[in-house]
Amino acid sequence: MESKTPNPEIKSNSQLVQGIQAGLPIFLGYFPIAIAFGALAVQAQFNWMEAVLMSLIVFAGASQFVGVSMFLTGAGAAQIIAATFFLNMRHLIMSLVVNDQMRHFSGGWKGFLSFFITDETFALLTLGGGDYQSEKRTPAYMAGLMVTAYLGWVSGTAVGGLGAGFIPPEITIAMTVGLYGLFIGLLVPPARKSLSYAVIAVSSMILNWALGLFVDTGWAIVLATIFAAGLGIVLIKEDV
Amino acid sequence: MKILLVIIGMALVTYIPRLLPALFLDRFQFPDWFRKWLQSIPYAALGALIFPGVLLVEKDQPLLGLAGGVMAFILSLLNLHITLVMTGSILIVILLQYFFL
Repeated sequence: MESKTPNPEIKSNSQLVQGIQAGLPIFLGYFPIAIAFGALAVQAQFNWMEAVLMSLIVFAGASQFVGVSMFLTGAGAAQIIAATFFLNMRHLIMSLVVNDQMRHFSGGWKGFLSFFITDETFALLTLGGGDYQSEKRTPAYMAGLMVTAYLGWVSGTAVGGLGAGFIPPEITIAMTVGLYGLFIGLLVPPARKSLSYAVIAVSSMILNWALGLFVDTGWAIVLATIFAAGLGIVLIKEDV
Repeated sequence: MKILLVIIGMALVTYIPRLLPALFLDRFQFPDWFRKWLQSIPYAALGALIFPGVLLVEKDQPLLGLAGGVMAFILSLLNLHITLVMTGSILIVILLQYFFL
C-alpha cells in the first residue's frame, strides 16, 4: 500500500499497526504453549509470579521448558544456566542479521529490540516479506511485531501459572508443530524462487541432523547455520 | 532463592548473545562475501530449526511432526497466507491425535 502522507507520525502509526499484524501469528502460536509452560513451572514449585518473571526477562521458549524441567529433576543453578546459554547461542547469529537491518536505528532501539529476538521473530523479520531491506525497516514496525509476540508469551504464562487455563498435551504438541509450520511456510516460497536458497536450507538440515549425532542441539544448530550459510558465499552471484 | 537465581542467570545468558551484535555491528562495514553469508543465514537457520526438530516434537511419535511438516510444505506450495499454513499443520496434528493414534 502506497500512502503519501506528509505527517511522519501517521506513517509511524501505520508501521506499528503493520508490525502488530505481522506478529499476530506468533502471538497465537505462543499463547497456548506459554499456558503449558506456566502450568509446568507451577508443577516445578515456581509460584505464578516467578513463572511470569521468567517469561518477562528470559523470553526464550525452548530454554524455559528445559530450565524448568531440569529444575524439576533437581539440577543445580549453574547447570541450568549453562544449558540455557548453549541452547540460546544461536540468537547471536540471528541478532547479527537483525541488527544489520537496524543499522540506522539509535543505540537504544537496537539494545531494546535485540532483547526480543527469538527463532520466530527472526524468521518473520527476515523471510516474512514486507520491507525487510535495511533502509526501509522502522523501529515502530519491528517493535510492533516483536512486542506482540512477547505479549503472547507473557500473558499465556500468566494464564497457565494461575491455573486459569488448561491446555491438553495434544494441543501443546499441535501448536508446537504449528510453529514449525510457520518456519516451513516462510522458507518454502523463497526456496522455490532461488535454487541457491533451497540448497542452503537443505544442506543445513542434513548438516544439523549429522552434527546432532555428536554434539548438543544448541551447538548443532549454530554450526549447521554457520557452515550452510557459508555456501551462500559461492552460490549467491548477484550483488547484495 | 534458587528459583530467582536461576531466572536471573538464564535472563543474562540469553540477553547477552542477543545484545552483542547491537553493540559492535555498526563499527563494521562488511565485505561482499560477508554480506552474502549474512544474507544466507535466514535460509540456513530455518533449515536447521526445522529438521530434525519437527520430528522430535513428540519423541515417541515422529509421524505427528512429519505429518504437520508435510502439510505445511504442501500448503506453502499453494502460496497460502502464513496463518493458513500454520492452521493446516495444527489441524492435521490434532486430527491425527484424536482420531487415529
